[in-house]
Amino acid sequence: MSESGASAALAGLSTAGQWQLAWIKFRRNRVALVSGVILVLLYLMTLLSGFLAPYGPDHRFARRAYVPPQGLHLFAADGLQWPFAYGLTTSTDPQTGRTLYAGDAQRTYPLELFTRGDAHSFLGVQTTLHVFGLGGDSEEGLFLLGTDRQGRDLLSRILYGARISLTIGLIGVTISVVLGSVLGVTSGYFGGWIDELLQRTIEMLRAFPQIPLWMALSAAIPPDIDQVTSYFMITLILSLLGWTALARIVRGKVLSLRNEEFVAAAQLMGASHKRIIFRHLIPGVMGEIIVVATIAVPTMILAESALSFLNLGIRPPMTSWGVLLQEGRNLTTLYFHQWLLLPALFIVVVVLCFNFLGDAFRDAADPYTN
Amino acid sequence: MLTYILRRLLRLIPTLFVISILSFVIIQLPPGDFFDSLQAQLAESESRADQQSFQALREQYHLDQPMWTQYLYWIGGCLQGDFGYSFEWRRPVSELIGERLGLTFILSLGSLLFMWAVAIPIGIYSARHRLSAGDYTLTFLAFIGLCVPNFIIALVAMFVSVFWFGGSAGGLFSPEFKYVGWSLAKAWDLLRHLWIPVVVIGAAGTATMMRLMRTSMLDVLDRPYITTARAKGMAERWVIYKYAVRVAINPMISIMGMQIPQLVSGSIIVSIVLGLPTTGPLFYRALETQDMYLAGTLLMLLAVLLLLGNLLADVLLALVDPRIRLE
Repeated sequence: MSESGASAALAGLSTAGQWQLAWIKFRRNRVALVSGVILVLLYLMTLLSGFLAPYGPDHRFARRAYVPPQGLHLFAADGLQWPFAYGLTTSTDPQTGRTLYAGDAQRTYPLELFTRGDAHSFLGVQTTLHVFGLGGDSEEGLFLLGTDRQGRDLLSRILYGARISLTIGLIGVTISVVLGSVLGVTSGYFGGWIDELLQRTIEMLRAFPQIPLWMALSAAIPPDIDQVTSYFMITLILSLLGWTALARIVRGKVLSLRNEEFVAAAQLMGASHKRIIFRHLIPGVMGEIIVVATIAVPTMILAESALSFLNLGIRPPMTSWGVLLQEGRNLTTLYFHQWLLLPALFIVVVVLCFNFLGDAFRDAADPYTN
Repeated sequence: MLTYILRRLLRLIPTLFVISILSFVIIQLPPGDFFDSLQAQLAESESRADQQSFQALREQYHLDQPMWTQYLYWIGGCLQGDFGYSFEWRRPVSELIGERLGLTFILSLGSLLFMWAVAIPIGIYSARHRLSAGDYTLTFLAFIGLCVPNFIIALVAMFVSVFWFGGSAGGLFSPEFKYVGWSLAKAWDLLRHLWIPVVVIGAAGTATMMRLMRTSMLDVLDRPYITTARAKGMAERWVIYKYAVRVAINPMISIMGMQIPQLVSGSIIVSIVLGLPTTGPLFYRALETQDMYLAGTLLMLLAVLLLLGNLLADVLLALVDPRIRLE
């Protein structure tokens, strides 16, 4: 940075508002920035999963159960080529009776960009367009991350599963944040019997340990209701305890803000309760709310995957990362088909990114300390 | 102190009452009862005689009556130490839970010891060598520990133990010890199996605690009294362990009260994956089969543990930190 640029930045710093300062501080944290970018890309991916996935989530390749992850090749006998995949030949392992797959160098299928395939809908529009797929014979498929027991492409299923796994945390946290901040502010601002009632309710809810309560409530979801309803029920269950922590933090903060001069001034000028809460108090606790929310998202993502893994959360035919991991629950299956654990890698990356982001937000939310 | 504890215990009574109601209602939420789900399983071989015996059993356990009557029967029994009857196991709930409670606590205490033994020294090291390569590596490892779902850690640990070291898959005992009484050999066998669940269950907690200890330690190391101690020429080891750690460890001691119930609840999923003979898999199975008295009692028990843990945490903090007064 040049001399004049640095002094200009310093001059800007002295007049910058709290949010600008927070942003300046946040920007310095490279790890958090990268995490943020990864998360934005992943969420964009869920929007476009129909295009990005080469196949539909339930497209079965009848003779292609448990295909290991397949590579793309660039070199053929006559040198460098457009990426292509080998056709597969099958044989039976004489000892275990399992089907073994091998690439057949005689049959090659080129990678095709913007190809036509399984129908999917994007924002209500039916389309058969896919970003990539395999050209030629429709019997052969491209399985970059392998297939499962029923011959379904794992990459496609991970992309479709991301829709549920990634949104459940976000929607759940949104519910928690709205409930927690509204009830927390109300409790702290009005005090009296409202405060007492809310605090006792929170105490009661928090007396229940999270995991067993989630399990018990999820087990109560009737198995025969439609997919959208059960999705929202699970989201609600996950946010049932989440809001209590936030409400407590917000209440504490509001209790201290309530006695500040600016609130008294607003009251004297005749501002309504609504105006004081939404114009003066909520912005004051926004920093805390964002930090707590960011850290709550990964907790919910982990919870969803664990519940679905135990068949208590999202249930097939819906697909989430936890549902996909069920396939690897059996040790013997896992021994021969280790790629079935790949969805866990996606969970780890997402949770890691959210945690890095939450840490950075926590530092940035308090921009006046170093 | 004693009066404080007594008062807190008295205040728990109404809370416990509400918790018992909520537990019962939550467990009763799914439509139908145990005999419906049993009937669904037996659908084909079903005969009229079984129908009648189901009906008789329903009457015997008051399942044909409204929910509040059922609750009153159950809570009345609970107060006398009778927590109801498990339909699936055909045994009293208290017996079933009783025989698994011991191992559950051994496992939780083991995990607690593991967490403390690993997290505290690492937290101290990280704080003393802040921003060094070692600190970064350990902090990163802690982050990974927090981010991998614990059922995946359990699966991988089981995988490694079975296919790399030829151990047994899950469980806490070798087959030859499973159904025999306690002996030295059986205790040794338990210890040999215990390390996998202990490490897996403790993993996430260790990561959290390590970061807490690091923060707490950094906070203390900045205090003027530490600077004074150093300025007077006190040996660095003495400064760290007698002056800094003594204060920095207080928050850890207070969260210990919460850690035990958290470990008991948190280990449920790992115990299911590893097939351990603890209360976790019992609860899971009871939820699946709508074995309501068993599931309800377990849920209530876990909530009570959490409440007691809360109380223990407050008491412990007051014990280690004389600045804190209990009212």
